[in-house]
Amino acid sequence: MEEQDKILHEVTSQEYKFGFVSDFESESIPKGLNEDVIRVISAKKNEPEFMLQFRLDAYRKWLEMPMPDWAYLKIPPIDFQDIIYYSAPKTKPQYESLDEVDPDLIETFNKLGIPLEEQKVLAGVAVDAVIDSVSVKTTFKETLAEKGIIFCSFSEAVQEHPDLIKKYLGMAVPTSDNFFAALNSAVFSDGSFCYIPKGVRCPMELSTYFRINAAGTGQFERTLIVAEDESYVSYLEGCTAPMRDENQLHAAVVEIIALDRAEVKYSTVQNWYPGNKEGKGGVYNFVTKRGICRGVSSKISWTQVETGSAITWKYPSCILMGDNSVGEFNSVAVTNNHQQADTGTKMVHIGKNTKSTIISKGISAGVSNNAYRGLVKVLPGAVNSRNFSQCDSLLLGSTCGAHTFPYIEVGNKSSVVEHEATTSKIGEDQIFYCNQRGISTEDAIGMIVNGYAKEVLNKLPMEFAVEAQKLLAISLEGSVG
Amino acid sequence: MTLTANKVALSEKYTELFHANRSLLDEGSSDLLNRMREIAIKRFEKVGIPGFKNENYKYTNLERVFGKSFRHLLEYQPVDVDLNEAFRCDVPQLDTDVVLLVNGWYYAKNQPLNNLPKGVVVGSLKQVANEQPELVKDYLNRQAGLSDDPIVALNTAFAQDGFFMYVPDQVVVEKPIQVINLMRAEEPVFATQRNLIIAGKNSQAKVIFCDHTMNPVDFLTNSVTEVFVGQDAVLDIYTIQNQNNQANSVNSSFFRQEANSNLLSSVATLHGGLIRNNLKVEMAGEHAEANLYGMSFTDKNQHVDNFTNIEHAVPNCLSNQVYKNVLDEDSVGAFTGRIHVVRDAQKTNAFQRNNNVLLTDSAKMNTKPQLIIDADDVKCSHGATIGQIDEEALFYLRARCIGEADARMMLMNAFAHEVVQNIRVEPLRDRIDELVEKRLRGELARCHACDKN
Amino acid sequence: MLTIKNLRVAIEGKEILKGINLEIKAGEVHAIMGPNGSGKSTLGNVLAGKEEYEILDGEVIYEGQDLLDLSAEDRARMGVFLGFQYPVEIPGVPMVNFIKTSVNEMRKFKGLEPLTAGEFLKLMREKKELVHLDSQLTNRSVNEGFSGGEKKKNEIFQMAMLEPKLAILDETDSGLDIDALRIVSDGVNALKHPERSTIVITHYQRLLDYIVPDFVHVLYQGQIVKSAGKELALELEEKGYDWLKNHSL
Repeated sequence: MEEQDKILHEVTSQEYKFGFVSDFESESIPKGLNEDVIRVISAKKNEPEFMLQFRLDAYRKWLEMPMPDWAYLKIPPIDFQDIIYYSAPKTKPQYESLDEVDPDLIETFNKLGIPLEEQKVLAGVAVDAVIDSVSVKTTFKETLAEKGIIFCSFSEAVQEHPDLIKKYLGMAVPTSDNFFAALNSAVFSDGSFCYIPKGVRCPMELSTYFRINAAGTGQFERTLIVAEDESYVSYLEGCTAPMRDENQLHAAVVEIIALDRAEVKYSTVQNWYPGNKEGKGGVYNFVTKRGICRGVSSKISWTQVETGSAITWKYPSCILMGDNSVGEFNSVAVTNNHQQADTGTKMVHIGKNTKSTIISKGISAGVSNNAYRGLVKVLPGAVNSRNFSQCDSLLLGSTCGAHTFPYIEVGNKSSVVEHEATTSKIGEDQIFYCNQRGISTEDAIGMIVNGYAKEVLNKLPMEFAVEAQKLLAISLEGSVG
Repeated sequence: MTLTANKVALSEKYTELFHANRSLLDEGSSDLLNRMREIAIKRFEKVGIPGFKNENYKYTNLERVFGKSFRHLLEYQPVDVDLNEAFRCDVPQLDTDVVLLVNGWYYAKNQPLNNLPKGVVVGSLKQVANEQPELVKDYLNRQAGLSDDPIVALNTAFAQDGFFMYVPDQVVVEKPIQVINLMRAEEPVFATQRNLIIAGKNSQAKVIFCDHTMNPVDFLTNSVTEVFVGQDAVLDIYTIQNQNNQANSVNSSFFRQEANSNLLSSVATLHGGLIRNNLKVEMAGEHAEANLYGMSFTDKNQHVDNFTNIEHAVPNCLSNQVYKNVLDEDSVGAFTGRIHVVRDAQKTNAFQRNNNVLLTDSAKMNTKPQLIIDADDVKCSHGATIGQIDEEALFYLRARCIGEADARMMLMNAFAHEVVQNIRVEPLRDRIDELVEKRLRGELARCHACDKN
Repeated sequence: MLTIKNLRVAIEGKEILKGINLEIKAGEVHAIMGPNGSGKSTLGNVLAGKEEYEILDGEVIYEGQDLLDLSAEDRARMGVFLGFQYPVEIPGVPMVNFIKTSVNEMRKFKGLEPLTAGEFLKLMREKKELVHLDSQLTNRSVNEGFSGGEKKKNEIFQMAMLEPKLAILDETDSGLDIDALRIVSDGVNALKHPERSTIVITHYQRLLDYIVPDFVHVLYQGQIVKSAGKELALELEEKGYDWLKNHSL
């Protein structure tokens, strides 16, 4: 027994493998936040007046809002005046070919294992890389343009497609939605914009990689995806950050609008720096992600693999407005050492015959706390709606916590909502069975955990699934030292 | 927390009432009751009457009922009730010892219970606290005094009387004790009731609470019950809530279980206005077992909220909860069930189920099951469903010549029976089955026997 | 190959094995019989290295090494195979990945290169034949949704894949119909080898019609009360375990 605990401990104290700092120059403005800072950000980005007003409006609302305290998280005080709100790689991020890109940046991507070039061409993935909130590279733009698909940095979209931005920005996540969304709306520096025109099936996976790099900065990116009638897109998002002793703030907003019969799949592998074994450093990840199924029979699915961040506060949600629309949430959240996660989803059923599915797999190790929090709300008009939720927690070791907080509110007689949750420890008999077949305990744990999470991992696009499995392995198994 | 002006005014109404009547509350009450009042009213002041913003009262806004105007009964008011005539629940073959409480006060004309086993005390909390303080002092407020619920604090500030029961170690009370809580007044009344039940080591007892109203006026009851289940003790607490639809109540029960004890709590809610049942169980000794059941049948504007909190503080305990609600017309139901397994409470088994049937589009059900697990070698699960009765089962019955209405009734009865069947007193079980069926048929106003006048 | 000397084992303070002595030579088949609760499965689990048992006394020498000092996986890698009475289900872990990891761990231990995908698939096809294991089953998760018979076949299939030196088959016959029993036994017999020893743990004589033992030992209340040739099994079948009770006194 003791031996097994020892191995469990060794296995679960694996170090963060993505902790390197990229040494390319950034341009920052001084720390702190006030209306002038917002004006500077807006001016630096050469934004139209409506964007400045959007930001100022959000900032004024943010000032009135208290920091949310309802999550099952211990959040140390954050000094919002001690953060740099704008940090961009110094070179203007407009590259025509990769030759122009800072070699350090290329190196960054190589370290990340992101094959930005040939391999992605083969894989057919278009990538928009965002470092310190500024988009540095969008590949495949021309190929996509032929189909009328817009996939570019948010700043670029503001310049070139202001009407679309004006129409859709804030539609799913209004500036006043919550404390962190308001902050993001005030100061976001860049992000990705994606527009799929009517009837178009995006021929390749679209992908954004986010990375925090500069010290003392907050990262506030904004993603907006609009899928017109009968369109389809699969969108991937990956995140990493270097190891730093101080905590870094990440407060992103993702908005998805799906119109009639449109389908958007959004997949995330989040691996922000989680802090070291003693809980020092790491990213505070406060993210608002929401999709609106505005159109009839539209569909939005969120799939997330969360292994990083010191604190995760994140609830990718679906507002099911259109009749027959469908929302899905599939999540694997791993917490280890001193990590804390409070994550889940909201499914708000407004239209008739709407359906939602929630699959959440939490895995806790070390002295971490991992909470699922979810809301399923069926309004009186959402007749014949269905929800099924399955929330499982797996505990590795006796010093971690697994918590489940579902909220279910149903307001009509023809809808059916089912929720199930279980909590269990990793089975000693399963580990012994593997041992008996010559498999070491740490490999056995890796195997069992991947098996436990498989239902969700299977929902990820192929390229991502492999990366996600590796990440789970790094978080919980792998060799020691 | 910033309180809105209305909320402050509402809460002040109660604190002012307290300060204006402090001497009246203290007068004649034991120091055991009086010594916590000041602390309690301060605790109440901090939060005030909870509204929607309070996470624990998210689905039940108490501001609405606490905002109405009531006459407060701060001293015993003689009310004439003929116990023998009207208020013995007519449960066939159920032989009980009956105790009556009127508007939260122990009824002065209760017949003494002479046949109780030696050492068993059943009576008025106020009286026992004065005359036998040694029975009360180690228990009163030991659980409720730790609660941060403002309504419990309000009860502690105002508490003067209620039901008291003490069962010494090794004693078995064969006959169930039936406590009839009666509300009787010509005008709206607010009552505070404080109950205390102590079951000694290896003792056994069954208590049945029946909540009734005698007049069609607004009532509000703030009731707190503390229960101590000693080592190896077996205790059943049954509650039948069947009041008029203007009668509102907040009932907070606290159970503390010692090693190897076995608790059964079953609450059936039939008629009533806004009812909130708080139930907290603390597993304080290993190998304790708690089975907690609840069912409600609501229509019109009824509002029933069951809120449970099971604290597994030690290893090797079992808790099992099954709560079911059938909601008709414009009624609203809520269930919040929290299971908390503290660090090192290994080998805990904790299960919870909440199943609900909505019969109309204007009825509403909110459910919030929660697991907070800080130990790894545990088996914990919860499941919640909100839906309708099984259409396929309905069709099957109809295909066997059973009319739709009867078939529905049959299925709803079956739905409820899963809860009813756990009642360990057979005549009571049959009786509740019958009450449930009548309730579902819309034929039940009050229990028969209470219906005579 | 295996020598057990005065092995005493307890679980949760209760002594289950009260001084077992057993000597097994290469190529031999030993049957261990006994009524329920006599400690048969405990013996198998202890040899395989399950951790919940407390070794009070005695030693187990396997191939010249103290077996009790080794971790469960090292015992397995050295060729000790336990066919489980109740193989556990591991949801989400595909059978193929599982057995591939297992085979390659074994090879790594022996200093061999891992099998290529082609070699592995060929080996798997070959061994599946042996126990008529449904091809579909290897596409599923480990033991998940397998019938009782399929689980047992799966155990023998894994034994064939891993080619152990010492196979301990714990109640491999329980829950098997006669056809399945024959298939499983044929599999075991096909794996017979002068260098491979087998311990068959069973409650019933029936299995021994198919897997013929060289020796039969009767385990009763934690001790081997009688050892003899294969005829002992028949005698037991005829007279029942009650006969033993008197006998052991």
